[in-house]
Amino acid sequence: MTEKPTMIQALNRALHDAMAADESVVVFGEDVGPLGGVFRVTDGLTATFGGNRCFDTPLAEAGIVGVAVGMAMNGMRPVVEMQFDAFAYPAFEQIVSHVAKIGNRTRGRVRLPMVIRVPYGGGIGGVEHHCDSSEAYYAHTPGLLVVTPATNTDAYGLLRAAIEHPDPVVFLEPKRQYFTREELDQDPVPPIGRAVVRREGGDATLIAYGPTVPVALAAAEQAAAEGRDLGVVDIRSIVPFDDETVTAAVRRTGRAVVVAEAPGFASVASEIAARVSERCFHHLEAPVRRVTGFDVPYPPPKLERHHLPGVDRILDAVDDLQWDET
Amino acid sequence: MSEPMRLINETGAVVGDGLPEPEVLLDGYRALVLARRLNAQAEALVRQGRLAVYPSSHGQEACQVAAAAVLADTDWLFPTYRDVAAIAARGVDPLDVLMMLRGDWHCGYDPLATRVAPQATPLATQLPHAVGVGHAARLKGEDTVVMALCGDGATSEGDFHEALNFAAVFASPVVFLVQNNKYAISVPLARQSAAESLAAKGAGYGMPAVLVDGNDLAALTVVLSEAVARARRGGGPTLVEADTYRIRAHTNADDPSRYRTDDEVDEWRPRDPLLRLRAHLTSTGALTPEREAEFAAAAEEMAAHVRAGMGEETALDPAELFAHVYSTPTPQLREQAALLAAELNEVRS
Repeated sequence: MTEKPTMIQALNRALHDAMAADESVVVFGEDVGPLGGVFRVTDGLTATFGGNRCFDTPLAEAGIVGVAVGMAMNGMRPVVEMQFDAFAYPAFEQIVSHVAKIGNRTRGRVRLPMVIRVPYGGGIGGVEHHCDSSEAYYAHTPGLLVVTPATNTDAYGLLRAAIEHPDPVVFLEPKRQYFTREELDQDPVPPIGRAVVRREGGDATLIAYGPTVPVALAAAEQAAAEGRDLGVVDIRSIVPFDDETVTAAVRRTGRAVVVAEAPGFASVASEIAARVSERCFHHLEAPVRRVTGFDVPYPPPKLERHHLPGVDRILDAVDDLQWDET
Repeated sequence: MSEPMRLINETGAVVGDGLPEPEVLLDGYRALVLARRLNAQAEALVRQGRLAVYPSSHGQEACQVAAAAVLADTDWLFPTYRDVAAIAARGVDPLDVLMMLRGDWHCGYDPLATRVAPQATPLATQLPHAVGVGHAARLKGEDTVVMALCGDGATSEGDFHEALNFAAVFASPVVFLVQNNKYAISVPLARQSAAESLAAKGAGYGMPAVLVDGNDLAALTVVLSEAVARARRGGGPTLVEADTYRIRAHTNADDPSRYRTDDEVDEWRPRDPLLRLRAHLTSTGALTPEREAEFAAAAEEMAAHVRAGMGEETALDPAELFAHVYSTPTPQLREQAALLAAELNEVRS
């Protein structure tokens, strides 16, 4: 029996398959060529497709994204890699002012079918500037699609969907799960914009995305052992947001906890909590809780376990959902 | 590199070899007349309150005209907000170019059909896009050339550096034309760069660079044509610095008396690109009073077209706010569109 693939291998397979399927797909960035990327997500692409289809660039993130904009204007489908979450910030102006806006600026005449891959999040003992959860910056910017897989099947499928999408996609890869081995189902490709219920549960709903999905599932396992039945919704697509799936899940249970790794203030978790409160108010038995990272710069490796939402902190929040009053 | 390349001096005298054919210069002069008229018309529309703002290229028209004239139809132009006249010289209806400043929408023309990128207002950010268009063309085996415009202030931006470096490394078919008009709003060139010239920066990228008299249409035509030809045959990018001057304020909202003297502006007036080309073409007999009248009439016709178009109220549909953000509106945008539609219905009833 062959070994199950890692998420890195699932992403790599998606890039291979997308490049084989469509010759306008080009991959570029820093160290993505012969090295195959610092995480090896682009391994073998230059060897298979040649240096015109997968190539290294000067070390210049704004330039990488800006060049991708021009290539997308001229008929290509660029997939660029930002080496780490915080290394994408030099490209922020290009992303916010141009990637996100050119479709609207030109009344839909110029669409930018491009993907910006960003390994994000902590939990790997990384140094500062290698562990940020930067999703809120992108999600706050109209014109960008923002997706983040939590399983290898979604890593493959959502990346294929992102590359095929006519609009620009910020593709956030939870690097904490890069080395997770799982079955990979390459068919069908999940649509961007749909959340998925990972676990049905009748007592309360945990809402998570990317790196906190496995944590939420572990919390639900432990809660089950303690006699409490928790459901888990994996958002997958932060923009567009699937209110329908989330609302339906929370209305079934009347209780919800949003779990995310980013600092909680003005965050995607806050947005989810607000949306759930607005749409489910009359179904709620308790206020929607958020379990997030603290509002601190990403901690040094020896302290990150205190920062990251863990099973205990999630279950403590669940315990606070006013069970005695019903 | 300290003296700009020049073919026709301020008196109209030929001072260099390789002057373009008289017909080319005559076409260029006609385009200058139209560009000057367009600047004047737009400035007037601002005073009348029909344009929100207008960054005039008065005095820089030779750069505007030459940048457009040296391109083939299949080439691309990447303009800034001060390059309205260049876009019009490329053949885009001035009304469509001015739509951004009129406030109807951010870009009034189809970039794919016209091969003119939307006018960039953030400085230098369009330059990497220009490199991307050129790089894609090269990968596709097309001989497209991209003319990327920016000003002296933009050369201080990181994106200028990243774009030029990229283009040089990949031998991208891009011509970077810096219109050095000496001011970035109020900040003078000395605060942008300590380099001997902006063209001197080309050496650092391993890129040919030329300093040219930006008010000499003949010299600009020769320099830019050579750069375009080099790019087209795979010779890579060129940096061209055009030595020119912003005669007008930054925009109508600016007060240049706070940072420069009238004497300084007056020194530049005799170097006007129209005056010297007219003097030259008149002295050679190429420009007759009949042709001059013909060009003036064409300019007036264009100006009348602009005035008429600006006088018409365009019907704007607020629902369009939600139409183009994504290729298909998200559920959230559909909700918000419905909210606005309901508000508007309420107002009407």
